[in-house]
Amino acid sequence: MRVRTVLNADEISRAITRIAHEILESNKGAGDLTILGIPTRGVPLAQRLTAKIADIEPGVDPAQICGSLDITMYRDDLRHGKLRAPEPTHIPPGGIDGRAVVLVDDVLFSGRTIRAALDAIADIGRPAAVRLAVLVDRGHRSLPIRADHVGKNLPTALDERVFVGLEEIDGEDTVTISWPETAEAEGDQA
Amino acid sequence: MKHLLSTADLSREDAIGLLDVAEEMTQVSTHSVKKLPVLRGHTVVNLFFEDSTRTRISFEAAAKRLSADVINFSAKGSSVSKGESLQDTAQTLGAMGADAVVVRHNGSGTPYRLATTGWIDAGVVNAGDGTHEHPTQALLDSFTLRRTLTGSPASGPGGHARGTDLAGTTVAVVGDILHSRVARSNVHLLTTLGARVVLIAPPTLLPWGVETWPAEVFYDFDEALDAHDFDAVMMLRVQFERMHQSFFPNTREYSRLWGLTAGRYARLPEHTAIMHPGPMNRGFEICAQAADSPRAVILNQVENGVAVRMAVLYSLLTGKEGAL
Repeated sequence: MRVRTVLNADEISRAITRIAHEILESNKGAGDLTILGIPTRGVPLAQRLTAKIADIEPGVDPAQICGSLDITMYRDDLRHGKLRAPEPTHIPPGGIDGRAVVLVDDVLFSGRTIRAALDAIADIGRPAAVRLAVLVDRGHRSLPIRADHVGKNLPTALDERVFVGLEEIDGEDTVTISWPETAEAEGDQA
Repeated sequence: MKHLLSTADLSREDAIGLLDVAEEMTQVSTHSVKKLPVLRGHTVVNLFFEDSTRTRISFEAAAKRLSADVINFSAKGSSVSKGESLQDTAQTLGAMGADAVVVRHNGSGTPYRLATTGWIDAGVVNAGDGTHEHPTQALLDSFTLRRTLTGSPASGPGGHARGTDLAGTTVAVVGDILHSRVARSNVHLLTTLGARVVLIAPPTLLPWGVETWPAEVFYDFDEALDAHDFDAVMMLRVQFERMHQSFFPNTREYSRLWGLTAGRYARLPEHTAIMHPGPMNRGFEICAQAADSPRAVILNQVENGVAVRMAVLYSLLTGKEGAL
């Protein structure tokens, strides 16, 4: 496997700051905003995003707008693969009815996670709008889903692997892309 | 995990995993749509050869909240009363495409027989077999206990007990241990989760070989109350329907010596949870004062039963390999 770093800690931080501004701009302030991270790595990203928003907009209480949304029970592949243990879902005290919900995830790939998240949201309540913020969009969508706020667009091949490391979980902020040795060798010959 | 037959089969990780899934399942009641689409298109058969209220209804509610189709079967009013054997009943259900069978039977070992004979290719959940085991009851007891120990609400959403076990707690199980499948399942599971189990019963209502169980045994309730500060007291019903001889002189004497009377209730520490698997006989094994007290978590146990059974069905019917 060959590995290349795509984003370092500073670049991740700058991307989150920019997304925070974008969200506030498109939402016209922080009113009725709810930020829901999708476990595992979407949750710390959502917390950082909320902290940034609270820095920019005075009077925002992170505990009131930031939460997590587990999508395990809504996956379309529960019958296949191994048994999955659900992660905690935490909806902020005000609920999500009539609010602008921003879903936060680390990597947008096939879009199946987001489809599951939309189903989960529909069962919990009826938000006024749902938007999607991701740190990395690596393409290869298999569903008609797009992100509203993207940290970095990363064109990839299907056999490449994108990894987002976050300090809260992995001890280090980094985004890397890795690909099999053989593909590289063929590339060299061409 | 393909079947749930006995709590003795569960490792500490399996058990905590199941309880953690159940924690997430309690969240469903806060949703505007109180259902999860997890088992859409699966069929769960409740195969009940013995009377039951709460277990059958609880399993039915659990399966329905996971969007499964539920078929209820009770031996009364079925071909069993015309002489059909367990094998033929199982094969009939298998031919109709059952994905999971929840079975209660008065013969110990019936779920094991169903799971190992190949009569039916479905996950088997033991919902109580004779005087052997009742694993989902033990799981909901541990779930309720874990909730109260971590200071979470005793039932419903908002628990913060994920990942914890019951290490350091002492639980008394009082009454008809001999005929109780709940006691057997609880002794295994509580021990696996690190709790200390104390059995309190008249010698006639303790099974042969109880000294080999991982539990301390008292014949005298008051001595046990002197010796331990119990975190929970689990009262068991005396199962007269399984008794074919006299195990104690009369009910008044039993009640006085082994019942949770008002006097003993007053002696319990402030934090002791009072549990009962139901159905209760008020005034016999438990006084109304204890059963209705704020320390009683008996209705919480019933409520948690649905979440725990959802977790069990989820773990049995999703995923192709491996445990939690």
